[in-house]
Amino acid sequence: MNISIPKLTFWKVVFGVVMVAAFYSTVLRFTRGLGASTNLSDQFPWGLWVGFDVLCGVMLAAGGFTLTAAVHIFNIERFKPIIRPTVLTAFLGYLLVVMALLFDLGRSYRIWHALVMWNPRSVMFEVAWCVMLYTTVLALEFAPVVFERLRMERAVNILRSISIPLVIAGVILSTLHQSSLGSLYLIVPEKLHPLWYSPLLPVFFFLSAIAIGLAMTIFESSMSAKYFQKQLELPLLKELGRILVVVLAVYSVLRLQDLYRRDALQLVFQPGYESSLFLIEVVAGLLLPIALLVSRRVRSSPAGLYVAAVLVVLGFITNRLNVSITGMEASAGVRYLPKWTELSVTAGIIAGGFAIFGLAAKYLPIFPAEEAAPRKSEGAEPELSHVTS
Amino acid sequence: MSKALLYDAILCIGCKLCEQACAERNQLPYDETIAAESVQSAHKFTVVLSQGDKFMRRLCMNCADPTCVSVCPVGAFRKTTDGPVVYAEDRCIGCRYCMLACPFGVPKYEWHKVLPRVRKCDLCADRVAAGRPTACTEICPTGATKFGDRTELLREAEQRLREHPERYVNHIFGVSEVGGTAVLLLSSVPFEDFGYRSDLMHEPLPLLTYRVLSRIPDLVALGGVLLGGIWWITHRREEVAAAETEKSKSSSK
Repeated sequence: MNISIPKLTFWKVVFGVVMVAAFYSTVLRFTRGLGASTNLSDQFPWGLWVGFDVLCGVMLAAGGFTLTAAVHIFNIERFKPIIRPTVLTAFLGYLLVVMALLFDLGRSYRIWHALVMWNPRSVMFEVAWCVMLYTTVLALEFAPVVFERLRMERAVNILRSISIPLVIAGVILSTLHQSSLGSLYLIVPEKLHPLWYSPLLPVFFFLSAIAIGLAMTIFESSMSAKYFQKQLELPLLKELGRILVVVLAVYSVLRLQDLYRRDALQLVFQPGYESSLFLIEVVAGLLLPIALLVSRRVRSSPAGLYVAAVLVVLGFITNRLNVSITGMEASAGVRYLPKWTELSVTAGIIAGGFAIFGLAAKYLPIFPAEEAAPRKSEGAEPELSHVTS
Repeated sequence: MSKALLYDAILCIGCKLCEQACAERNQLPYDETIAAESVQSAHKFTVVLSQGDKFMRRLCMNCADPTCVSVCPVGAFRKTTDGPVVYAEDRCIGCRYCMLACPFGVPKYEWHKVLPRVRKCDLCADRVAAGRPTACTEICPTGATKFGDRTELLREAEQRLREHPERYVNHIFGVSEVGGTAVLLLSSVPFEDFGYRSDLMHEPLPLLTYRVLSRIPDLVALGGVLLGGIWWITHRREEVAAAETEKSKSSSK
């Protein structure tokens, strides 16, 4: 293996710029405080770092539990080839969420307090524990890949022997905290706009996490196909698309029924700030992908599936931002727009995530060896890859 | 016995001495600029609002079943038996869920500090524990703010309403709002005019999340059994299939 000077590509320049900006903002955040580095205020205490980094971050990592459940619990072996990249994405996702929390918490060095200072009546306490335990589960689910690379067969075998209890624990923990992120907002019935406040928030958050789990798997597989010269598992993705459209349909019916039952349906048609963002969320991010995915032709084309998955992801990101930001503005009496320093931290965290994924894909046996195109690095250990997953 | 404050807006003359006494007790700066501020903040725990000759105080309501106590992941808030809701700053991790959740928008944050705290009125917990009234009560020249047992103050407020129904809006704010508060308000103008919400629930807000949280143990047990069961069934099918091919192989021999 010869070392060469890395070429300066467009994306490397973007990465560099983002990282420099994020570094500046990080210094600002930890030397001058939240007031100097964010647009948060007494009226608007939760902004982009909670709304996007935490709520969307956890949601986007939902592929991990969706797919491990499908493969290990429901024994749908066909999905096995895509399980490793998905678990890796989930694991990285949760690490990045924790990282973002360190920025958002006023006293991040006390993040461990939830371990010893209990308040079981708090939804936040439950989320903290679930996220912590689930990140551990993901680490253990992903560890065999690393041990395999290091040829530590004993460790691989130990982890394999507890893999089913781990998967079950992971699914339960995910169910709990994915829904609990919605439960966080149950306690603000008079503050959150009626287009989004519902006693069913935990159910909506959970169902959308499953939908996102499927959509992200389609999205990631398409991206991997493009950037890692990996063959696209089209028949698998087609099937994921079919399950996805069913989940989206169930979710839509529940949302509609809930709006109707709470007499909030007429609010949709009152022109204004909230209803516009609601319509963007529901029309572009829910109804349009459903319309696309019902068609067999769209489901059979890689481009069609990709577009539908991206729409679903953007739609639910809009949903989380609507719950955490749009829907809270009227009662707060202020408009919130993130400061550029907030945006740069978020961008830096995302860029870091992509970089780590890229490195892992290069040096660890993430993709099934027999299907991977020949790579320059000789990292993969094909003779061992059948042991785990 | 749980202590409380009764603030009767028609007795208030808007002298703002309560603001000053509050600042002193909490070792906060107080001058003309701060006196002119009409919002609660990390450096002003109580404000006297005015509209013409009408006044209204805002301060922490010290709820009977406080939302902040319920939402705090590390239990930094505590409702004492005396009535005050107190904050332990050495536990706080700074998640600010209390600020988001409080139905009265009371907890405020030290945004410009590197190591910020949540700040709010704690009904002078140390004084109350020592059997003394709150600083704002002690200084009030007209008796607009009165300190005492909640039940007695409630009885007195009802009596004032009964004796002079023409003077007051027919409601004691805090009697049942979010399950009752330790600050009771009487006013001649609607409470909404001074930013108090009229759409608050009349049962404690923590019930909304507790209803969901209390189902978790069942969900864990049920989920574990269900997922384990599904795993057993789906994998047994495979075993049976494998055993059958084995059988058919041996029988075909």
